[in-house]
Amino acid sequence: MNALLPALTATARAAVHAKPGTNCCCPAPDAVLADRGDDATVVRHGNTVAKAHAPGADPAGLSLRLTVAARLPGVLLAPLDPTPVTLHGRLVTFWPYGIPVDPETPRAAPWEAAAGLLARLHRAPAPAGLPAMRGPAKAARAIRRLRALGHHPAAAPVLRAWAALPAWARAESPLPSARHLCHGDLHLGQLVRHPVDTGPWRLIDVDDLGVGDPAWDLARPAAWYACGLLPPDEWTRFLAAYRQEGGPAVPTAGDPWPALDVPARALTVQTAALAVVKSFAAERPLDEVEQAVVDACVRMGTIPPELTRGCAT
Amino acid sequence: MQCPKCHAPMHTYNRNGVQIEQCSGCRGIFLDYGELEALTRVEAQWAQPAPQAYPAAPAWGAPHGGHGHYDHHRHKSFGHMLFSS
Repeated sequence: MNALLPALTATARAAVHAKPGTNCCCPAPDAVLADRGDDATVVRHGNTVAKAHAPGADPAGLSLRLTVAARLPGVLLAPLDPTPVTLHGRLVTFWPYGIPVDPETPRAAPWEAAAGLLARLHRAPAPAGLPAMRGPAKAARAIRRLRALGHHPAAAPVLRAWAALPAWARAESPLPSARHLCHGDLHLGQLVRHPVDTGPWRLIDVDDLGVGDPAWDLARPAAWYACGLLPPDEWTRFLAAYRQEGGPAVPTAGDPWPALDVPARALTVQTAALAVVKSFAAERPLDEVEQAVVDACVRMGTIPPELTRGCAT
Repeated sequence: MQCPKCHAPMHTYNRNGVQIEQCSGCRGIFLDYGELEALTRVEAQWAQPAPQAYPAAPAWGAPHGGHGHYDHHRHKSFGHMLFSS
């Protein structure tokens, strides 16, 4: 693991400067954007970003996902090269640098832009052979991490809410319907402006992209709103912009919750599971926000999920 | 004018700007054409404003009305949640 970071940094530098050892005046040379042990490692050198994908990433699946990004440059940030290279046993891809949403000003989040990009992604044709969107698999992984804790007082309601979900939402059976192109892991860290500052917003991170229920991509903001965390006006702006752009995940008018219920429950459960894992690791109680998400799981226990669009199994 | 029911004299009153006739005997009220609608309009203006409409939410959602955590929207924990898988 320790050998990967310097190798990746050197690779990013080499992608920018053909001649090794060149002194450079690039902005943010060798900057580490993410270094998550069991997940991706991302470094930046000037206008180039190199990403080492999670250990065990499927090469064929990643190649297809990169092809989608290259074909939809108006929606997804296009890779500099659609073919990954291998470095220390990890698949590495290269991307142009884009400016992310400022984490210090979440109120300035580009909800309309995010919704518009998702609507266009969901309407785009998926190439043959593209794997399933990995949203349910990520939720299942969060539950495995929660179970690994053993007994924890907050775990029981989270596991009960999980057990009440249909099998497809727990990644235990294929999705029965609604096969659209989906991002699979939408949150505010998945948006960048490219070119920097003046460019339009684009979606990044294709690792979980695939075919599935497009409501999954709306489900994180939906879950935050349902848990009383995202203010109603921000949720309304996001949903209205998605409908305006003709997104297929929810009906164009009326109650969107029959379509959103199961994915929003799944993401609430996933968020609650990771919150419990995190608080346990830090040996601290759940904070107010984490408790709000666990409380939503408690309430789910008394209300069965909506059975929608043939997704009941 | 006499009450059509008990024939006692009717008196004219002004209620919220609307002229109505009330019987001094049986207290019955006589409304001219359009006066009921005028009273209904006035009543609607006096009614309390409707509670704020929230967008639809699931039954398992957080209760609305003072229980949201929007005041703590800058809460570090939620800020982190917005940006992470």
